[in-house]
Amino acid sequence: MEVKREKIRASLPLDEPDPNKALHVRQVRARDLLRGDIEGVDLEKVVEEAVLTTRLDKVLNWGRANAVFPATFGLACCAIEMMSVVSPRYDIARFGAEAMRASPRQADMLILSGRVSIKMAPVVRRLYDQMLEPKWVVSMGACSSSGGMFSNYAVVQGADKFLPVDIHVPGCPPRPEALLYGFNKLQRMIRGNPDIGWRTRYSAHGTEEWARDLGKVTDEARDAYAAARDIAEAAGPPVSGSPGTPVDVPGPPQERVAVPSKPERDAGRFI
Amino acid sequence: MPDAPGLELIRADLNEAHPDAITGSYFEYGQACLICDPAKIRDVLAWLRDTPGQEYTFLASVHGVDYLPAEPRFGVHYELLNMARVERIRVRADLDDPGHDKLPEIPTVSDEWPTADHQEREVYDFFGIVFTGHPDLRRILMPEDYVGWPQRRDFPMGGEPVIFTNTERDVPGWYA
Repeated sequence: MEVKREKIRASLPLDEPDPNKALHVRQVRARDLLRGDIEGVDLEKVVEEAVLTTRLDKVLNWGRANAVFPATFGLACCAIEMMSVVSPRYDIARFGAEAMRASPRQADMLILSGRVSIKMAPVVRRLYDQMLEPKWVVSMGACSSSGGMFSNYAVVQGADKFLPVDIHVPGCPPRPEALLYGFNKLQRMIRGNPDIGWRTRYSAHGTEEWARDLGKVTDEARDAYAAARDIAEAAGPPVSGSPGTPVDVPGPPQERVAVPSKPERDAGRFI
Repeated sequence: MPDAPGLELIRADLNEAHPDAITGSYFEYGQACLICDPAKIRDVLAWLRDTPGQEYTFLASVHGVDYLPAEPRFGVHYELLNMARVERIRVRADLDDPGHDKLPEIPTVSDEWPTADHQEREVYDFFGIVFTGHPDLRRILMPEDYVGWPQRRDFPMGGEPVIFTNTERDVPGWYA
């Protein structure tokens, strides 16, 4: 029997990419383990009906994904939407994350619900450090993801400047459904099969903010911009509201037409 | 609220009591304002509080203003309230910007008006106006290690440029 088991293990490695084959291997192994206790048709029946084989980390991640303990922690107006996620109407209990923990020592998910001021950032970081591993961070709303409308001296421009953030939920504030959707994405991440991002899906790598400076404007693009701008200029100034009027075509920065300075543009406007 | 003639009467009385203390006055939007020499701000506020017939006993607010590019650049506003007559008067002290690394200074009133303690700290926090004689002048809202005076008009906005269709020309280069 031992020899046979070794033979199977050697001939069919577990890292087989074909899932059906991998399942078959696991079933064969489970049958090996049970052999001796029951035999024959009973053994086959038990393996078929009662035995579910999996990998330990898969079970572990399945359990983790369905028993997340969020920290009771609100930062700003997004916290109102976060609170209603627990309510019966939206009910995050469906996904096993309804037990909001009032202590970071008992929580493993931190929802950054609102803008993080630079005075609050060390506090948030300490809360994160106090949480138990493994832990996840959901950045909820525009403010904690990018600073949002608070482009000023007091607010951190994106919480991932001081924390690792797993999921960014867009919105201002996001609806509770959006937060639930983000949480479902997080669950898939925890289970080990994260969804691919939109950049991968649309082959848009290289459009990240940090990569924009690296991008070079091609000659064709520059010519096309110039031609389009000539057409637009020949047609005269656009009349707002009328359809079909040529609009200003954005071009590369060095090719832009002279922009009137602010006082000139604001001359006729009451400020 | 004293009306415009009433404001001028107060100004005349103040000029008698403290010559050269009041440099101007105006009555706008139903609000009376005295412009005051910052060196004499304590005398003026004490006079408005203690003189019979005035008795503006409540200092409702102290706040700073940055009038850049006007000169003098900074203003400190003291909003006084007579709670018996429900009359308000504003005293404004104009401060020059003393230069790159120096801060404008004005005497504190926090010993006579305890409410000014925190409000002067707030003005110091955001505008870098030093209230000489204040017992505990340090930042009150911003972190203590913060560098700069964030409500000054020449303080950089900070953050990252947010692109809207109307700011596209002001923030070039984002689409390259």
